[in-house]
Amino acid sequence: MHPAASVIFFTVFSGAGFGLLILMGFATYSSATPTTAFLLVHFGLAFAMAVAGLISSTFHLGHPERAWRALTQWRSSWLSREGVLAILTLAFAGLYALLWIFFDVPSGILGVISAILALITVYATGMIYAQIKAVQLWNRTLTPICYLLFSLAGGALLFLMLHAVFFGEAGPFLSSVALVLLVVAWAAKIFWWLTGDRIVPLSTTGSATGLGKIGKTRLLEAPHTGSNYLMKEMGHQIARKHASKLRMISVLLGAIVPVILILVALPAPADAVWLVLAMLAHLAGMLTERWLFFAEAKHAVMTFYQ
Amino acid sequence: MTMLPASTDRKLGLVIDLDICVGCHACVVSCKEWNTGGYGAPLSDQNAYGDEPVGSWLNRVHTFEVKPENAPARVVHFPKSCLHCEDAPCVTVCPTGASFKRSDDGIVLVNEDSCIGCGLCAWACPYGAREMDGAEKVMKKCTLCVDRIYNENIPEEDRTPSCVRTCPAKARHFGDLNDPNSDVSIMVADRGGFDLMPEQGTKPTNKYLPPRPKQDDLNEPVNLASLAEPKASGFLGWLDDALTRIG
Repeated sequence: MHPAASVIFFTVFSGAGFGLLILMGFATYSSATPTTAFLLVHFGLAFAMAVAGLISSTFHLGHPERAWRALTQWRSSWLSREGVLAILTLAFAGLYALLWIFFDVPSGILGVISAILALITVYATGMIYAQIKAVQLWNRTLTPICYLLFSLAGGALLFLMLHAVFFGEAGPFLSSVALVLLVVAWAAKIFWWLTGDRIVPLSTTGSATGLGKIGKTRLLEAPHTGSNYLMKEMGHQIARKHASKLRMISVLLGAIVPVILILVALPAPADAVWLVLAMLAHLAGMLTERWLFFAEAKHAVMTFYQ
Repeated sequence: MTMLPASTDRKLGLVIDLDICVGCHACVVSCKEWNTGGYGAPLSDQNAYGDEPVGSWLNRVHTFEVKPENAPARVVHFPKSCLHCEDAPCVTVCPTGASFKRSDDGIVLVNEDSCIGCGLCAWACPYGAREMDGAEKVMKKCTLCVDRIYNENIPEEDRTPSCVRTCPAKARHFGDLNDPNSDVSIMVADRGGFDLMPEQGTKPTNKYLPPRPKQDDLNEPVNLASLAEPKASGFLGWLDDALTRIG
């Protein structure tokens, strides 16, 4: 499948932003009393990443001026549900943040509601892809689970990084939360890759044409000598050639480097720079992972073209 | 509305005879011609006279080779357009309600004024029946020539999809596949019409008729030249034989 830059940016940045919102939703239950600056920066970064991602997702639309229409079909469409949920999440989390920052009213209930909404939003993002039966690699329960785990891991790493910036130390509790989430998320992703590699194609040129009942079927002549929208959109091949190298790069940047940097930063008082670098490496690894998510996926329609 | 109707009164669709199609691509061209002047935005081309032309088409003819176990390979021309599925995955994924399936005749259409051009419906379709128009940036698909089949301003014989009307070999047929007594339903029953990719669970309306089996004796090479030699009978035949024996 064609990896659109705007969609890759959207899923990675919104995912991490919503992940931070999920953690902030439970922040009222912490024994520490956060300062206004702490809250402003945490909510500000979470909203900025989530909103920047959502805005960038409209860049690949043919008619972005009609994007509001995408909020109408939540009863059947996961894409529509995701839009509605994202707006609900931002509305509830916005109210939660405003009450806390400007009126000093930390509403635990509002926080939990916005955390749950953010979780469902990320699940809906995963389901946009997981619902497509024509793309078997995506059409699995594990797909939205990977999206959720990556969102939580990204959020935890962001939280840890900001914590170190404010207090000059990472702390063993937050560090272990981030470490565990990173390891679990990447373990799930590696399992997703390994099981994905063993998928037996549901549709073949024989079943697509119905000619498989007669004998071995192959394309003799394409419908046209040039390319077309379908071949460009569903037949992306460039990354598959380097898929295994790119997988290693994404694991290295997204998992191994951040884990090492978290461990380096752990002995307090540590320099927050290590954790900023960990976050940047993680984002680079996630962008690679998300690019592969699209580029490696094969679509059933290509059975008509092979 | 992107919820699918529980059932449709009629199931209008196409039956395509793979035994008859000669791969002339006339249906492809007539489809492009009609749908560039008819319903919705024209089907545009980009870089039409350049080195990499590309454009939107609603019907394309692929050509396959099929090799039976114990018989020579044969060529099958394979026209492909929207199958107007009962469980159309392209409809339910649409976030705007631009894609819909009509409850009276089962035709799957796009309301281009509501389409945001996200492309998700094209991803959801396993058949590649939808193409984004490069100029209008809205999703295009086969309308089953909805602006012909009900059009009382054109002669009655033209009130059929453009591809069906134009096919010089009569490989394409149009009708109600919900009516067991319609010509198309009878054809499907007689010839063992089949669905494309039944495993995708889309329940397509359009059916394909398989190529008829070839005669078994074609496994042996046929001496075509001997069939072309003139053979005389009666007195001329005796004379021919006699002169052959002498000479």
